[in-house]
Amino acid sequence: MEALEIARWQFGITTVYHFMMVPLTIGLGLVVAIIQTLWYRTGKPEYLRMTKFWGKLFLINFIMGVATGIVQEFQFGMAWSEYSRFVGDVFGAPLALEALLAFFVESTFLGLWIFGWKQLKRGVHLACLWIAVIGSVFSAYFIIVANSWMQHPVGVEMVDGRPVMTDAWAVFTNNTALVAVPHTLFGALGVAGAFLLGIAWYHLWRRRHDGIDVVRADGTMVPGEAAIAGRDKTDYTVWMRSLRIGAVVAMVSFAGTAITGDLQGKLMFEQQPMKMAAAEAACHDGTGFSVLSVGNLGASNCDDIVAVIEVPGILSFLAKGDFTTEVKGVNSLLGEYKEKYGTHLPDNPLYGERAGQEIQYVPVMEVTYWGFRMMIGFGGIAALAALLALWVTRKGVVPESKWLMRLAVFGILAPFGANAAGWIFTEMGRQPFVVAPNPDMNGIDQVFMFTAAAVSPGVTAGELMTSLVVLTAIYAVLLVVEVKLLVKYVRGGVASAMPELTHAAKTKDNDPDSGKGDGGSGPDTSDDVLAFAY
Amino acid sequence: MELLPTIWFVAIAVLWTGYLFLEGFDLGVGMLMKLFARNNTDRRVLLNTIGPVWDGNEVWLLTAAGATFAAFPLWYASLFSTLYVPLLLVLVALIFRAVAFEYRGKVDTEKWRNSWDWAIAIGSFVAAFGIGAALALTTTGLPIDANGDRSGGPLSWFSWHALLGGFGVVAFALVHALAFLALKTDGDVRHRARSWFVRLLPFAVLPMLGWMVAVQFLSGKPWTWVLVAAAAVAVGIAWRAAKAGSEGMAFGATGAFVLCATASIFGAAFPVVIPSTIDPAFDLTISNASSSDYTLGLMSIVAAFGLPLVIAYQAWTYWVFRRRVSAAHIPEAHGFLPAIASKVLAGDKGPESPRSGA
Ligand code: HDD
Ligand code: HEM
Ligand code: HEM
Repeated sequence: MEALEIARWQFGITTVYHFMMVPLTIGLGLVVAIIQTLWYRTGKPEYLRMTKFWGKLFLINFIMGVATGIVQEFQFGMAWSEYSRFVGDVFGAPLALEALLAFFVESTFLGLWIFGWKQLKRGVHLACLWIAVIGSVFSAYFIIVANSWMQHPVGVEMVDGRPVMTDAWAVFTNNTALVAVPHTLFGALGVAGAFLLGIAWYHLWRRRHDGIDVVRADGTMVPGEAAIAGRDKTDYTVWMRSLRIGAVVAMVSFAGTAITGDLQGKLMFEQQPMKMAAAEAACHDGTGFSVLSVGNLGASNCDDIVAVIEVPGILSFLAKGDFTTEVKGVNSLLGEYKEKYGTHLPDNPLYGERAGQEIQYVPVMEVTYWGFRMMIGFGGIAALAALLALWVTRKGVVPESKWLMRLAVFGILAPFGANAAGWIFTEMGRQPFVVAPNPDMNGIDQVFMFTAAAVSPGVTAGELMTSLVVLTAIYAVLLVVEVKLLVKYVRGGVASAMPELTHAAKTKDNDPDSGKGDGGSGPDTSDDVLAFAY
Repeated sequence: MELLPTIWFVAIAVLWTGYLFLEGFDLGVGMLMKLFARNNTDRRVLLNTIGPVWDGNEVWLLTAAGATFAAFPLWYASLFSTLYVPLLLVLVALIFRAVAFEYRGKVDTEKWRNSWDWAIAIGSFVAAFGIGAALALTTTGLPIDANGDRSGGPLSWFSWHALLGGFGVVAFALVHALAFLALKTDGDVRHRARSWFVRLLPFAVLPMLGWMVAVQFLSGKPWTWVLVAAAAVAVGIAWRAAKAGSEGMAFGATGAFVLCATASIFGAAFPVVIPSTIDPAFDLTISNASSSDYTLGLMSIVAAFGLPLVIAYQAWTYWVFRRRVSAAHIPEAHGFLPAIASKVLAGDKGPESPRSGA
């Protein structure tokens, strides 16, 4: 493989991986902050337990986001030096501000939250978590501002062949970013929702399975107690409430992604019409949304693609908000693109051996077509499942079926899939550009960059291959470790995040988390903070 | 001289100073996990001194890199692509180190902990070494061509300056961490840290002093030579303070040492950000590598508010966790109690045996 291809694989793999951790961090962080606030206001023991349990899983995942984020930050310079030189004047600023205004906040206040259960007053301690969560939302904002500029370059002027920022306000309020940020945040909440739902379902099912909870003849639940730390009546409340919160979050988030996604579609129609057409595998102009298309989606001339099922008008609705506007298909766009941006790559040494090659303006249609559908499909499935789950458990009872339980647990993966698919669609749909041209803005139409020119000229394919192999291998191993730890702590239940429950059970204390104080009651309560931290 | 690029050159030097000062001690503590700590209790004492703060410290690195990208994109692009291999090693080291802090206590076996302890120790070493080498090379020279790209193979950047910088940061991190531990712990760890510090300090500062002097010979100015002397004085103060048992002073003085070091190094290099070892005409300087004044101005305004704020709340964190840590505060490791031990998803049947106690 050539350096360019390897660098692209590496960027894709590492970013998709980073973005498996990130949505869970953002979504779960928000949920834990809300739960801790509930505990702060009501003092109810179940909320403290939920804070500790979900907080623990949050931390196990958070660290992986940190570890993989650093790779992202370095990668632009290491593998994409020519890209960094080209965009640095605009693109560097949001990246630097992300570190200065978001990462510092996030990491510092999270440290205070993790270790500060004892040192800080309850209100201050809670505030630290909120500040950290808000920091993560800001980090999402800044990075998406950077990404949106690649999708829709605004606020710049070309000077000596490079875009130079002239209007920071335009860059930071790029309409592409303003809809992508809420869309991504809702996507992140979807991940958290399914996560809560699946794990809570498993525990409720397990309590029935183990004979702790019993179902009365009228179909309602009698929570029981087991002689195991943490598996008492409160435990039932913990899981039931988590399940409901999870289901509601999952449904709300899908509604949110649908509304904001619709706005994104409309922008995409203006800003990157080729991506829109490729998302639909729409070769010819039309109004219909393809539910299923067959044929050779990978082919660049798309004559043999046939829309098997098509709903007329929907594509126009996605793009324009009415049912009649003709949306341009690949074939008519191709001519426009060739006319505007040339048919062949320039004869510039930056393109290496690619100089002078014909430009392939149609993105890989299998990916855009199915990526788009998988995003919506997985998200929809998760939302439907959440609705069903709420209905099925309306009397507080989780069915005995093991298969349903497994479905709930594996359902956790659906929103992850939706997120990954959405990003892969977005990024690959932008090809062959790394900075997509902006056909609407008169004058700055010339701001674009072909991916083929972006890679580091001084770096060898061997180096890139080494890093691709090394990083992928490490990521694979760490994924296994993370999942194993998550599973272990999920099985451990609340007591795994709260050893104080075990002390209490041993010493036959009163209810250890009777609302006041920060949890522990034994002599070695510092252990509790450390057990939470490490 | 252009004002804004100069300001940003100074700002980036400040970020690197903050990074070396703060992450310096947590990298050092990481290496000491294997060199100094004698048992698991010691290791947990060490970890607890940096637990709440190490991630915040690491963000100084991210900010230094991000600010370089924003203010000097050509510097960022050339430095990071030229040093592809060493930076890959730094990334791998930082990944393992971060994950190790979080995961080492999550499984209660000797083998598990031991593996992650090695990850922390080696990760800290490699990260410190790699970053030191990169900083040394950007101040002494890299084989970059007219476009700013590396000429030669993956290792053509190598020169003995890399070793000076690498060992410079590693050795500094070790003694800085010993001073930090003497200040932050109590009991046996505190006393040993202090005596190690007194014994190691005179040798540990040598490579970094060597790097300073090397840069002075390449591009020094009178005032940067003065800073080298000041760094040497700081070492003397640190040594005497530690002997006299004033740990705060010793730690402050190693901090002053690294401050003088970065100031003398970056000051000497100014206004060149990467000297080209191929042809001085290819040097990247603050004028030909920087962003536009508009971008730099915007960044200046944000940084003028943002950086003091960061320093304020990070200082507050250190205040919140000011209590010394000692073995007496480290409880027995609590056994992990699985409420549900059986493999449900794999499909077993029957209630499990209740477990309780430890
Ligand atoms: C749980 C996750 C999730 C769900 C359920 C959806 N999306 Fe999405 N979508 C994302 C997660 C996501 C994402 C991963 O967050 C992306 C990638 C880039 C971005 O801004 O968000 C994205 C991108 C993205 C784009 C591309 C923007 C561009 O390329 O410029 C469009 C048009 C939509 N989405 C539209 C929708 C619609 C109409 C949905 C209808 C239900 C939808 N998304 C559900
Ligand atoms: C928000 C910040 C992001 C930025 C600035 C960004 C930037 C880039 C860059 C520079 C490339 C390499 C050039 C190219 O091949 O087009 C790329 C490719 C890619 N990115 Fe992103 N990206 C971002 C987020 C993401 C996320 C979150 C994902 C997925 C979860 C993602 C998925 C991909 C994929 C799959 C590719 C490879 C595309 C291809 O080679 O065809 N990106 N992105
Ligand atoms: C390709 C572009 C990206 C870069 C350069 C990048 C950079 C980073 C870095 C350096 C970190 C570690 C911060 C720390 O040490 O605390 C990080 C973590 C994080 N990133 Fe990314 N990131 C990218 C993509 C994204 C995207 C697309 C999002 C969100 C929409 C995102 C959101 C976050 C968040 C919330 C964290 C902190 C929490 C966590 O890591 O779990 N990042 N990122």
